[in-house]
Amino acid sequence: MSPHEFWDYLVPGVALGALYAVIAIGYTLVYGVLQLINFAHSEVFMLGGFGSLIVLTSLTPAHPSAPISVLLVLVGLVVSALCGGATAYGLEKVAYRPLRRRGAPKLVFLISAIGASFFLYNLAGKLFGRDPLPMPHLYDNNVVLTVFGARVTITQLLLLVCALLMMVGLDLLVNRTRLGAGIRALAQDPETASLMGVDTDRVISRTFVIGGLLGGVAGFLFGLNTQVSFTMGFNPGITAFAAAVLGGVGNIRGAMLGGLLLGLVESFNVPLFGEEWRYVAAFVVLVGVLMFRPAGILGVKIGRAA
Amino acid sequence: MSAVIEQRTERPAKAVSAVVVAGLRRERWYRQPRLRRLGALLAAGLLLAVMTGEQGNGKDLLYSLRGTLASGRLWVCLGLGVVAWVLAETGAPLRAAAVRLLAPVTAPIARGGELAVRRRGVRVTAALVGLALAVFVPLALSRATNQVLVDWVGIYILLALGLNVVIGWAGLLDLGFVAFFAIGGYSAAFWTGHLPVKPPFELNPFLVIPVAMATCLIAGVLLGGPTLRLRGDYLAIVTLGFHEIIYLVAKNSDGLTNGSLGVFGIPHFSVGLGPVQYRWKLDPLDYWWLLLGLIVLAVLVLRRLEHSKVGRTWAAIREDEVAAAAHGVDTVKYKLMAFAIGASTSGAAGVVYASKVGFINPENFPLLYSVLVLAYVIFGGMGSIPGVLLGAGLLAWLPHALKDVVDQKDRFMYMGALLVVMMIYRPQGLLPARRRRRGEPTPARSSVQTGDAQ
Repeated sequence: MSPHEFWDYLVPGVALGALYAVIAIGYTLVYGVLQLINFAHSEVFMLGGFGSLIVLTSLTPAHPSAPISVLLVLVGLVVSALCGGATAYGLEKVAYRPLRRRGAPKLVFLISAIGASFFLYNLAGKLFGRDPLPMPHLYDNNVVLTVFGARVTITQLLLLVCALLMMVGLDLLVNRTRLGAGIRALAQDPETASLMGVDTDRVISRTFVIGGLLGGVAGFLFGLNTQVSFTMGFNPGITAFAAAVLGGVGNIRGAMLGGLLLGLVESFNVPLFGEEWRYVAAFVVLVGVLMFRPAGILGVKIGRAA
Repeated sequence: MSAVIEQRTERPAKAVSAVVVAGLRRERWYRQPRLRRLGALLAAGLLLAVMTGEQGNGKDLLYSLRGTLASGRLWVCLGLGVVAWVLAETGAPLRAAAVRLLAPVTAPIARGGELAVRRRGVRVTAALVGLALAVFVPLALSRATNQVLVDWVGIYILLALGLNVVIGWAGLLDLGFVAFFAIGGYSAAFWTGHLPVKPPFELNPFLVIPVAMATCLIAGVLLGGPTLRLRGDYLAIVTLGFHEIIYLVAKNSDGLTNGSLGVFGIPHFSVGLGPVQYRWKLDPLDYWWLLLGLIVLAVLVLRRLEHSKVGRTWAAIREDEVAAAAHGVDTVKYKLMAFAIGASTSGAAGVVYASKVGFINPENFPLLYSVLVLAYVIFGGMGSIPGVLLGAGLLAWLPHALKDVVDQKDRFMYMGALLVVMMIYRPQGLLPARRRRRGEPTPARSSVQTGDAQ
């Protein structure tokens, strides 16, 4: 691989990694407060993509001018975030909360989430058709800058900037706000947290919503980058889940790191081993890392029983 | 504190105290539990209307939703929601009265049923009757129905029995179970000489079964060896990755597995022992009986295993791994054993499937099926053999039962909804294992979160 090619694959790799990181945060946040894998998170992502697609299709003129383009992108971001957040909220209400009240075993949550995931993606397929759809033409996807000869398109730049902003914002939210303190307290010890006045139900619900906002936006950005379809959540969802585990599930910065790593691995895997092995690399890296660090890269030692 | 109060207010049986508490907390009028329940049921009605709408299309994204909003179906569904709400709100005293009135009749029946289930004779009779039905009823069914019975129900029951060992008894979350099914299928293709890679000698499919089971056993140990040290959720993603890797290997290595074209002409089972000459053909009935034999065999073996030392060790690991290890149990060894036993069952199912259908390609083993088998096991009742048989049988049958009722493309949507509803109202499964039925305390994370529901 020539140095030139290296940069050519690095840029999309970083962009993809940033996207995975944002989705992985959704998994890891929920894992932090509930010690559960939210299997339906990929559907939050998918519905975020569809929400923005529907609104933008009806809004976008044939040849949008520059200010309109910016406005449309903003609308897409907001709408996708709202859709993702609403889906995650409903998901928690329907598929998680009733089980939590009964103190159901963990596997039951898993199956309920899998059921919700089946339901949602098949419903989306039914309502919006089963063919992949491109996002409407919001702007000419030109090259805006060159990094060491590698071209960076508007979409890639947009993706990176949004992902970065969201990650910084989330980090601030978790570490600096009252809600963030609640989330961290719940992750450490739910019983003590609730004795200290943390409203567990509310914090859990809001954690889902935050993960959903991020996941929804990721769906929109993914749609801009490729296409929107009812099964679009599947592969990114699994890879992001692997990323969350790779970084140490429950650890937010770990999820960001894991996402970035897997995005890069996936991108470089294509020239090295071929397009058809694209999705294997993530798992090979995962197994390799977990063998040496069973709790993930940034994961703490297994203190509490899972 | 507020969490506790809120939970109280949600309990329908304490409606009166709920009103008092609501008054004390100066709840907004719209936050009353009664109105909230109405809202939830109306939302459910809306969802039902959307679910049953027309098929949409990519050209006009809102076509289906708009159709639903304009149709009378929406109002019927919302009306159903209101009716359900009225029944739920006013029905409680009625229901309580009915239960009180009928108690002298129902209680002895329930108690008698419970006692009967505990009696060995009753259980054996039930099993025999079930078996007799399974043997003779398909004679009266159409060929197409029997086809489904073999390709889906029989095979998936076998798979679910295998997964039950891994997840129900040893408590290991395996999301890549169908990978071993694929290994079994490709073993059948290999040992009958239908892969691009030729075997040293060809085998009858019957003889492939033990070979494939051994292959899966080894594959299970190879996968489990390094990964079983991981904790539950990590194991899930690693097994999922394993499935993805097996799938992509099957799909992409043309020289090894013939890639996505698949393998044709895998021979049927045949017996040629002196005077006993028999060849299985395309007829599903023959295969159904063969599968039934395998299932009965698997059930007998697994039952012995469940109550053996190994089975009890699994229970110990499942309930508390740290405690089990502290008592001197070699947890990795026993977990590996469960993993390998499950894998080899899956491999045997793979051989039967490949021989029956005669053609396999990677699309026969998607990740979705691994998830489905897991859902079957939990739907039926983890760790309980009758539960797994029933759950896998029903759920594997369901998509075909729904075929004529709903649009074929929507079947998995209804199945997903069924899974969620089932987990909310009967999380222990259809026929839970006796250990779990006795109300064994589940390891709840916190008493506040689980509330006083336990």
